[in-house]
Amino acid sequence: MATNAKYQNKNVIIRFFNMNTSGETAGRDLPLWRQLLLQLLTLIITLEVLFPIMYIVTMSLSSKTTPPSTLQLIPQEFSPVAFQQVLSRPTANPVSFLELLRNSFFLSFGVGAVALLVAVSAAYAFSRFQFKMRQVMMVLVFIPLLMPAVGLATPLYLLMNSFRIADCGKGIMAFIPITTCAVGVTGKVLFNLRDSLLGVGIAMVAGALPFAVWNLKGYLDTIPKELEEAAKIDGADANQVFFLIVLPLAVPQLAVTFFLGFMGHWQEFALPWLFLSKPGDYTLAMTLYNMTGQYASSVPWNRFAAMAVIVALPVAVIYIALQKYITGGLTAGAVKG
Amino acid sequence: MATLTASPGKKSSHFGRTALPYLYLFPAFLVMAVITFYPLLYQVVVSFTDFQTKDLRLGLAGLNTGVLHWIGAKNYIDILTGGLPVQNFEFFRILIYNFWWAITTTMTHVPAGILIAVLLNTQGLWLKKIYRAIFILPVVVPPLVVATVWKNIFDDQYGAMNQFLTFVTHFFGAVDPVHLRWMTEYAPPIPWLLPGGPLPLAYYAMMIANFWLGWPFMVVVATGALQSIPKDLYEAAEIDGATNAQQFWNITLPLLRPAMIPASIYGFTTSFNLFSFVYFMTGGGPARSTEILVTFAYDLVRNLRLFGAAAAFAVIIFGISLVVFLITNRITRATSTYTE
Repeated sequence: MATNAKYQNKNVIIRFFNMNTSGETAGRDLPLWRQLLLQLLTLIITLEVLFPIMYIVTMSLSSKTTPPSTLQLIPQEFSPVAFQQVLSRPTANPVSFLELLRNSFFLSFGVGAVALLVAVSAAYAFSRFQFKMRQVMMVLVFIPLLMPAVGLATPLYLLMNSFRIADCGKGIMAFIPITTCAVGVTGKVLFNLRDSLLGVGIAMVAGALPFAVWNLKGYLDTIPKELEEAAKIDGADANQVFFLIVLPLAVPQLAVTFFLGFMGHWQEFALPWLFLSKPGDYTLAMTLYNMTGQYASSVPWNRFAAMAVIVALPVAVIYIALQKYITGGLTAGAVKG
Repeated sequence: MATLTASPGKKSSHFGRTALPYLYLFPAFLVMAVITFYPLLYQVVVSFTDFQTKDLRLGLAGLNTGVLHWIGAKNYIDILTGGLPVQNFEFFRILIYNFWWAITTTMTHVPAGILIAVLLNTQGLWLKKIYRAIFILPVVVPPLVVATVWKNIFDDQYGAMNQFLTFVTHFFGAVDPVHLRWMTEYAPPIPWLLPGGPLPLAYYAMMIANFWLGWPFMVVVATGALQSIPKDLYEAAEIDGATNAQQFWNITLPLLRPAMIPASIYGFTTSFNLFSFVYFMTGGGPARSTEILVTFAYDLVRNLRLFGAAAAFAVIIFGISLVVFLITNRITRATSTYTE
């Protein structure tokens, strides 16, 4: 292109830093020397990105539990030992890999779905309606985004811990705190909401909900108001507009919000670790956390790495597949301009 | 729109119209009342007591059994004046470090993200799709894994970083192997950098590891925004004789602003509360010099078992978050409606 010819006489370095940023006006004929320079740059970045990842992959394919004593980024051996061990006996407890997987899936899916269901109407209200106390209510919803779950862990623990089902003997059941056993009788606790996946899930919704509202509101702001106005002229009421016009348009963003939530909960270990005590309820992320000790020497590195690969791989594949939609979703609210 | 028939009651009552937004908000607020606002209030109440481990068994009813002692604002005063029975704890040093940490990470991630997004957006670049897929990987690796692996990389005995530095310095003629104690050395390498608090080697190690973790998200956001910039702007600039550098400063950057400012603030708040990464990378050490507010709050509950002080600390974090939110909200207008 003629535009590039203008700078042909300039120094290579200057021309490099003058690289076209729009990506379009340069045309298809990216000069070879510039192509190679850019390739070199991207290659360096690729190495930077892959360095820790290759480190994990190499360790996961090793048969030794000790960390590599020299820098190894390319697997020297392809031993499936660590993966086999992790899959057949992931923890010291008698709990199978499939059970851990099921628990992880139940928790992530449930929390993501409930948060989405509750958040979508709130996001719509914040996006489209003017009402009293609107600003205050929005600040109330968004504040937990900045307030880490750790800050609420103790009261949530106590809250969930106060819902129990106990067997008082003689066929009498107590649903604490609604009914309790007779005075002096210590019932056998059959179910403690705190010590169950359900209870942890409820506690985790506290963190998931504000994020879902925030992410959905940004997207709903970008749906042109004209569509709704046209529907209103056709006689649709506010509920019909929401269910028949806005919700179908928001489906891609609902999917993205659900997936981002799912990914976060899939990796969550702190709250479950605090709440759950039965190994049968443990999740994959908790198992991974359990493998990391205080000192590097106490970590079974190859099994830890194999578990890390197993935990990270499914979400990585989905994320890359959905990348285009996720990008759109995250920036949608921002570029409404 | 054929499915929508004009309903006879389309002129809804005044009450119906004013109540509707609240009806839409009701499910979210019902859920949040139980699992967010109630625990928050509970924290506020507990923060004025000397709640201890033995009081945990009292459960939620513990507040009105008369077992707890009201100690007024003592927890708050102890936190602010350093009166807690905790070694190396200075509230304002941690607060300043926390802000410094969040600001410096954001200031490195955002420019890197923009530059790499621009690089990947170059027309005709080979293997673009593969690079985009690879560059997203840090976003999807669980933070726990990232922190554990980087901790191992910065290990002073056999860590990859020291080996790499040894290799580089050997190349320049040095003989001794590099033996930096990344995680345990307390003496700050650049003492004047942050007034009021030391920045030990561990801070730089965390900056490197968190840089790896953080820039890909900014690339994702910047790429989305780059692709929405109208191409004719560049064509017009081209005709007016603007250089590529001028186009970058006058078209690309200003038009990335609306996307990058909310993303920066999102990055800032994420870094500000980056619990699992900091907790696993350094655990706040050495000597609490890389502690941030949330890791200290967790330490108060988990190891020190000072529940009353922890509740007061959570309330303080809440207050700081509120201030940060109100300031950033003025910048991004995140809570504005579509119509405004």
